[in-house]
Amino acid sequence: MTSAAAKLDVARLNAFYGPIQILFDVGFSVGRGEVVALLGRNGAGKSTTFKSLMGLVDRREGEIRFEDAEISRQPTYEIARRGLGYVPEDRRVFGELTVEENLEVGRQPARDGVTTWTPERLYALFPNLAEMRRRPGGQMSGGEQQMLTISRTLMGNPSLVLLDEPSEGLAPKIIEQMADAILAMKREGLGILLSEQNLHFARLISDRAYILEKGRIRFSGTIAELEANTAVRDQYLAV
Amino acid sequence: MSLYVVQFLTGLANASSLFLAACGLSVIFGVTRIVNFAHGAFYMLGAYVAYSLTLRLEGAFGFWAAILLAAAFVAVLGTLLEMLLLRRIYQAPELFQLLATFGVTLMVEDLVHIIWGPQDLVGPRAPGFEGAVPVFGLPVPTYDLLLIVLGPLVLGGLWLLMHRTRWGVLVRAATQDRDMVAALGVNQKWLFTGVFTLGIFLAAFGGALQIPRTAVTHQMDLTIIAEVFVVVVIGGLGSITGAFLAAVLISELNAFGILVFPGISLVLMFLVMAVVLVIRPWGFLGKPIQTGVTTIGEATRPWRPWSNTTGIAVAVAVLVAALLPVVLGSYGLSVGSQILIAVVFAMSLQFQMSTGGLDSFGHAAYFGLGAYGAAMTVEWFDLPMELALLVGPLTGLVGALVFGWFCVRLSGVYFAMLTLAFAQITWSIAFQWVEVTGGDNGILGVWPADWASSPANFYWLTLTVGVVAVLALRHLVFSPFGYRLRAVRDSTVRAEAIGISRQRTQYVAFAISGTAAGLAGALFAFLKGSIFPDVLAIPTSIDALVMVLLGGVATVSGSVVGAIVYTMASIWLMSATDLSRLVLGGFIVFLVVAFPQGIVGSLSAFVSGPFERWRTRGRTERTIAVSAEGSR
Repeated sequence: MTSAAAKLDVARLNAFYGPIQILFDVGFSVGRGEVVALLGRNGAGKSTTFKSLMGLVDRREGEIRFEDAEISRQPTYEIARRGLGYVPEDRRVFGELTVEENLEVGRQPARDGVTTWTPERLYALFPNLAEMRRRPGGQMSGGEQQMLTISRTLMGNPSLVLLDEPSEGLAPKIIEQMADAILAMKREGLGILLSEQNLHFARLISDRAYILEKGRIRFSGTIAELEANTAVRDQYLAV
Repeated sequence: MSLYVVQFLTGLANASSLFLAACGLSVIFGVTRIVNFAHGAFYMLGAYVAYSLTLRLEGAFGFWAAILLAAAFVAVLGTLLEMLLLRRIYQAPELFQLLATFGVTLMVEDLVHIIWGPQDLVGPRAPGFEGAVPVFGLPVPTYDLLLIVLGPLVLGGLWLLMHRTRWGVLVRAATQDRDMVAALGVNQKWLFTGVFTLGIFLAAFGGALQIPRTAVTHQMDLTIIAEVFVVVVIGGLGSITGAFLAAVLISELNAFGILVFPGISLVLMFLVMAVVLVIRPWGFLGKPIQTGVTTIGEATRPWRPWSNTTGIAVAVAVLVAALLPVVLGSYGLSVGSQILIAVVFAMSLQFQMSTGGLDSFGHAAYFGLGAYGAAMTVEWFDLPMELALLVGPLTGLVGALVFGWFCVRLSGVYFAMLTLAFAQITWSIAFQWVEVTGGDNGILGVWPADWASSPANFYWLTLTVGVVAVLALRHLVFSPFGYRLRAVRDSTVRAEAIGISRQRTQYVAFAISGTAAGLAGALFAFLKGSIFPDVLAIPTSIDALVMVLLGGVATVSGSVVGAIVYTMASIWLMSATDLSRLVLGGFIVFLVVAFPQGIVGSLSAFVSGPFERWRTRGRTERTIAVSAEGSR
């Protein structure tokens, strides 16, 4: 474990929708510049974990330390301003705003020790976006929207990004492009926590992995360890 | 020809005023999801403050400074309201938000009364715009021409603000997805405050601009709010351009309607609104909105018919009520009859709201229609009371069938606003159609039949009718129809998937509710012996809502208790103070802030919260896979 040097350190996290508990004592960490995968089947609690980190669930308990500050009681916008970027599963592009305007919503002041992103740099990372600066977000393909939602989050100059199922529903060619972009983000020194349903995409880019099932962490180790462990993969990831 | 051009220009000038009042409401709703009932009150305050300031500031510069200062001053009041009140109720059901802002409206009405007195005020004319210019030989006020220019200017200015500034982009983003905006690091709190301030500034500006055209009166708030609701519903909630188009349509319709069909221009407006909503249920440029919070909380325990003990207790209570004429004098009995009528009225609304999930803001329409139906039966056709008591509910039913046909196509706030608009239209008809309804003079001499004319007999009559009506409505809740209605309320999609039509089920409930309200109205006409347009006005609808809230929206028939408590309290309040609106408004605001989940909801959450959590702990693990990510 890299807990001492971790940027994000989560312990005993419980989350609720109304009276129903979704997460049970979830704990994990993401180190500086590390790419960590959170794996699990549909409904395992991956998205809820991300929403809990951002303060978007009804109720959460436990400890969430980010950059040496306790953020589990802070409002969503404050968490984002500390440099925790969130890319939701359903993308949530502002459909009536143009690409440029979507990026503007995400813009935050530059942060010390972190890459500062501008629209021009993001257009270089995702050339497709550069060709449609004035197009409303609602009139873009799924892959283009995925690029836009990542770019929008990067405009906040985060030091760690939560990517919720970035490959979901995308064509294989776009998925490759997405993997390249995530590796480019990693080279900039960003920490990344991404959720995936299967190993395939995750192992291209991740250093370590956790497996979540029914709201509990069932496995933690390096990607190599996970690939070697057929029993765990069959039990928690096979469909 | 020239006449038409002039009418067209007058229509455009009216459209500008209406647009200024309406666009603020639309902008506020878009971001905060609050329908600000107090918008009319701020519009009125803008006019009153501008009136006072124009008396002190002189010359052309002084006049325009006064208009802008008035709008700015009222906008600051709006900011305070947002920070002190609205921030506490953003998470509450929309019904509570509407009620709280209505409470503010009531308070403002009494405050205006205290500060500016009861009389209508006539402000100065706008310096430089006193005269008229001839258009095709007919005079058109220059001030009207100014307004015609001003409307599009404000529209353009708002467009620039929304598209060319970072603040505007954030507002538009928040209109679509508030949580996502927060997750990108934007503090919504101040965004909301800013939007509310802007919206109130526009309302007050619209009100202030009226003083050279019309007198400043106490009715400005409720008159404008009904029109604003119509404009916003037609234009599409949250759309500024939609509000402008709708304001032009409505105003031109009024301008030409008066020319072509004098007297029925209001009906025309209603017809156009109906047509627009059938073709485009979310208005010209509106988008379907998800109504997030339902009135019924998740923790609602299932309703059950009365147990034997409760049944006996109710029977005893009815028996005691039946024996009251032995001890009460005629005043006490007339109060008793009034309470019983309120019980039926409140219960009719509760059936629609609690069981049907339809939050009506215009229930006065059916009560009033019942009252007028009964009164006119006796007055114009000389028919006996017994028949009138049948005609009353029938008129309520017909009204509910006509209005409900449109209303049930919508849901949530749209439904609430549309019901209010229909109630206001009914009120205007009763007020304006003097030949039939007597207008402001009402219908007098509506007396019960001889056998029911003694206070005790009339009391027994209302008690019998009331008990039967309440039991019948309760019975319906537990009938197969009641189950269908509750299924539609709790999960429209699932109910439709098993073959229950949402619209048809709710339409029937709406009709039943309207019939029961009409019955209450008919009894009311005979109790009072006369009937005035007041019974159709907004306060009557609010009375019913507060009674239901007091009793508990999450109950089957709590409104019976709510109606008894509320009617006694308001009769006492009327006799105890001149500032009853201030007290009542303050009470409503308090109710909403202190019990944002409703009184019964808050109490049961307080009592059973920990227990429910303990009880559900065992099964959470099993249900988790279904509810975890599927629940969003």
